[in-house]
Amino acid sequence: MSNHHKETFITKYIFSQDHKMISKQYLITGIFMGVIGVFMSMLFRLQIAWPEQSFSIIEAFLGHHQQDGVMNPDIYLALVTIHGTIMVFFVLTAGLSGTFSNLLIPLQIGARDMASGFLNMVSYWLFFLSSLIMILSLFVEAGPAAAGWTIYPPLSALPQAIPGSGFGMTLWLVSMAIFIASSLLGALNYIATVLNLRTVGMKMTRLPLTIWAFFVTAIIGVVSFPVLLSAALLLIFDRSFGTSFYLSDIFIDGSVLHYQGGSPVLFEHLFWFLGHPEVYIVILPAMGIVSEIMAVNSRKPIFGYRAMIGSIIAIAFLSTIVWGHHMFVTGMNPFLGSVFTFTTLLIAIPSAVKSFNWLTTLWKGNLQMNVAMLFSIGFVSMFVTGGLTGLVMGDSALDINIHDTYFIIAHFHLVMGVSAIFGMFAGVYHWFPKMYGRMMSKTLGYWHFWISAIAAYGVFFPMHFVGLAGLPRRYYMNTAFPYFDDLADINIVMTIFALIGGTAQLIFLGNFFWSIYKGQKATQNPWRATTLEWTTPVEQTHGNWHGKLPEVHRWSYDYSKPGSDVDFIPQTVPLAEGEEPS
Amino acid sequence: MSALIYILIAISVASVFWQLTNVFNLKNEIATEQNNDQQGKLMFAFMIWFYAFMIYCLWKYNAVLLPDAASIEGEMYDSLYNVTMLLILVVQGIMQVLIFYFAYKYRGVKGRKAKFYVDSHKLEAIWTVTPTVVLTGIIIFGLSVWIDITDISDLEDPLLVEVYAKQFSWEARYAGNDKELGRGNVRNIKGINTMGVDMTDKNAADDIPVRELHLVKGRPVIFKFRSQDVLHSAYMPHFRAQMNCVPGMVTQFAYTPSKTTEEMRKDEKIIAKVKNINKIRAEKGEDPYEFDFLLLCNKICGASHYNMQMKIIVESQEDFDKWISDQKTMTQLVKK
Repeated sequence: MSNHHKETFITKYIFSQDHKMISKQYLITGIFMGVIGVFMSMLFRLQIAWPEQSFSIIEAFLGHHQQDGVMNPDIYLALVTIHGTIMVFFVLTAGLSGTFSNLLIPLQIGARDMASGFLNMVSYWLFFLSSLIMILSLFVEAGPAAAGWTIYPPLSALPQAIPGSGFGMTLWLVSMAIFIASSLLGALNYIATVLNLRTVGMKMTRLPLTIWAFFVTAIIGVVSFPVLLSAALLLIFDRSFGTSFYLSDIFIDGSVLHYQGGSPVLFEHLFWFLGHPEVYIVILPAMGIVSEIMAVNSRKPIFGYRAMIGSIIAIAFLSTIVWGHHMFVTGMNPFLGSVFTFTTLLIAIPSAVKSFNWLTTLWKGNLQMNVAMLFSIGFVSMFVTGGLTGLVMGDSALDINIHDTYFIIAHFHLVMGVSAIFGMFAGVYHWFPKMYGRMMSKTLGYWHFWISAIAAYGVFFPMHFVGLAGLPRRYYMNTAFPYFDDLADINIVMTIFALIGGTAQLIFLGNFFWSIYKGQKATQNPWRATTLEWTTPVEQTHGNWHGKLPEVHRWSYDYSKPGSDVDFIPQTVPLAEGEEPS
Repeated sequence: MSALIYILIAISVASVFWQLTNVFNLKNEIATEQNNDQQGKLMFAFMIWFYAFMIYCLWKYNAVLLPDAASIEGEMYDSLYNVTMLLILVVQGIMQVLIFYFAYKYRGVKGRKAKFYVDSHKLEAIWTVTPTVVLTGIIIFGLSVWIDITDISDLEDPLLVEVYAKQFSWEARYAGNDKELGRGNVRNIKGINTMGVDMTDKNAADDIPVRELHLVKGRPVIFKFRSQDVLHSAYMPHFRAQMNCVPGMVTQFAYTPSKTTEEMRKDEKIIAKVKNINKIRAEKGEDPYEFDFLLLCNKICGASHYNMQMKIIVESQEDFDKWISDQKTMTQLVKK
């Protein structure tokens, strides 16, 4: 690939095949979707804290789905549905993995670009198209999909059951089908690139943990996303062509429907066969990013490099055989419940290994408190708090009483929502100089971190108690049951933290866009890191390195190595005489 | 005129911000010695805040939590729950201190060299084996409770009740004297036969359709769940019971109530909770509330998902017999 292509505006900024540009496209699209997703959560938190009170902001944004500033129950369900869909798929899958896999895989393994720049471009534009369709679905007359982000049939199949299951749901399914195609093209590209395009000397055992995480994530994606596609296709058949894959014996609106012999439980199996690996598709890249940033900013090697790789692989493997833990109370055979409890709780072991290894990486380090480092430390804290309650959900017996309550909302928001978002923020602050050649403001970054961390715990820690009080999720309001009247205070506390936390993201947005144009100019290796991406010139070129590709002589974690004067030795530096490889 | 003022304010704010950005330009955006020190201390402060917040929540919100279980299976559930929660709180307590204390203690200082610590098989073995051992215990305990709850083959003289879900209400049906429920299918729904009971099935004749659930203290009850339209989930938190209602299939769950409604109303925790609730209701000018067991829908099912109600009453066998003898059977109802 030559560096002397004549680039027009269109090939450089729009239909670009350069992985760095595609990565920025993913990031900006992800941020845009994130703004919508977070804003929706702020709207429905208003309704939860102050049920049926009038808010002018609701009046301004919800059109005919509200009356005098009070949202109606259908749009409440639509908001939680689209919030979940956008955050899980569009922000934390495409926005996180798409951005950093694209940016870092070629740069950190020493490749000029992805294995297929063209497919990579197609992957982004499919993602863009699916985002567009998802946004369009918000403007459907009857409202967007409202059956929950898990779109369980029959609710998602029958417009008679909920208005959102009409055209809104059709658009949701089309959008997701395109999204899956995009995600598969991306994943295949990542796998091919990591396997084939590593530079001289870059053995698999010398890869930074980021690359290991992206690589394994891509494999899980390839294994599980096609299953969601088939689940969605069968649902489209049921909805549009009268088949009965998921539907049977239904009486609605005064008449019996023709469906016979299908089962919603089949859909649940297919959905969660993707759905559970999906949470690891979200969290593994964040783990990789955090491992790398922690090592750089602790000025220490990551502790237990091989154990970290082993635990990534173990988590990935286990993630594909635990989906049934979402289905303990669906009527699934109790024996299957026992099997899934066993496999699920095993995941705690590699997760514990990772957490202890991060702790040991901090121990006796010389911590450089850059913004990315704060978010990485925040990540570990959130991941531990959220992960521990997994012991409750994963245990079939205990799941009975907290299943689908606010307890599970608190759990997964901490362990994969806030954690993954923190991982993503850490990545943005850390690699911003590589993306835009400038630095983000650390002062604004500090404010962003501290407000976000306090708000995250302020929202999600008290939420456990709401769940343990027995309040089900996806309730438009809880005042129909006087038993829950004493939750009013707690709901207000959570909403206030949510509003603060959501608003604080404006600091990030301002910092991000301002720094693209006005940030301090970056030096080549601002964080003094060992990995290859910091050997490329600050002014980006298509092809990454002028002249020859770098050669690699050591692993990526030679920080503060004894016997060396400097506290980091880049991977391109040959071993000194008598130096032991680490 | 006011629009002009708003525009002027916006312009001045923008120009102030622009001036501020020049200040940032002079700064080094990489953490300095000072930043390391300050942010490390903030980590310590955050730790204190976080612990205070956790303790505050545990103390303050303890009052809203569910009271002790009102079923025999629920008591097993509670003991497993208590052990698991204790474990979680202990590990959480230790881990969070370590995370934030390390962040504070090892905050960067110029000239100090970090410890080059690559690996320790001993340490890694410790933190692989310890969770494994603890988890083995949890798994064994958990599965034994799970099997006890889900195995319903050995229940003595159980009450057999069908709970029937639809948008947006519950119905129920008792098996009657023959202790067998007649078959049901939505294709039989007609007029007063709202649950679609198959009246050609001889077991259906003495089935008793009802609009509130009465259960007997100390007598096991086997619930059979059906749904008419979409997925619902019958959630009875006080009994630690939940099962989805799935169109096209029959699901089941069983438990043995161990406290009557009256006994629950005298439970200390319930008294305190109800008192608090009534204080809040009085402020809003609403009627006082009296405790009843809950049946909630816990699977998103449409607009009124939040309001699917059915009363559950747990009473003595005599009270139950009296109540059930007042109810009409399917035959009596359909013939009319």
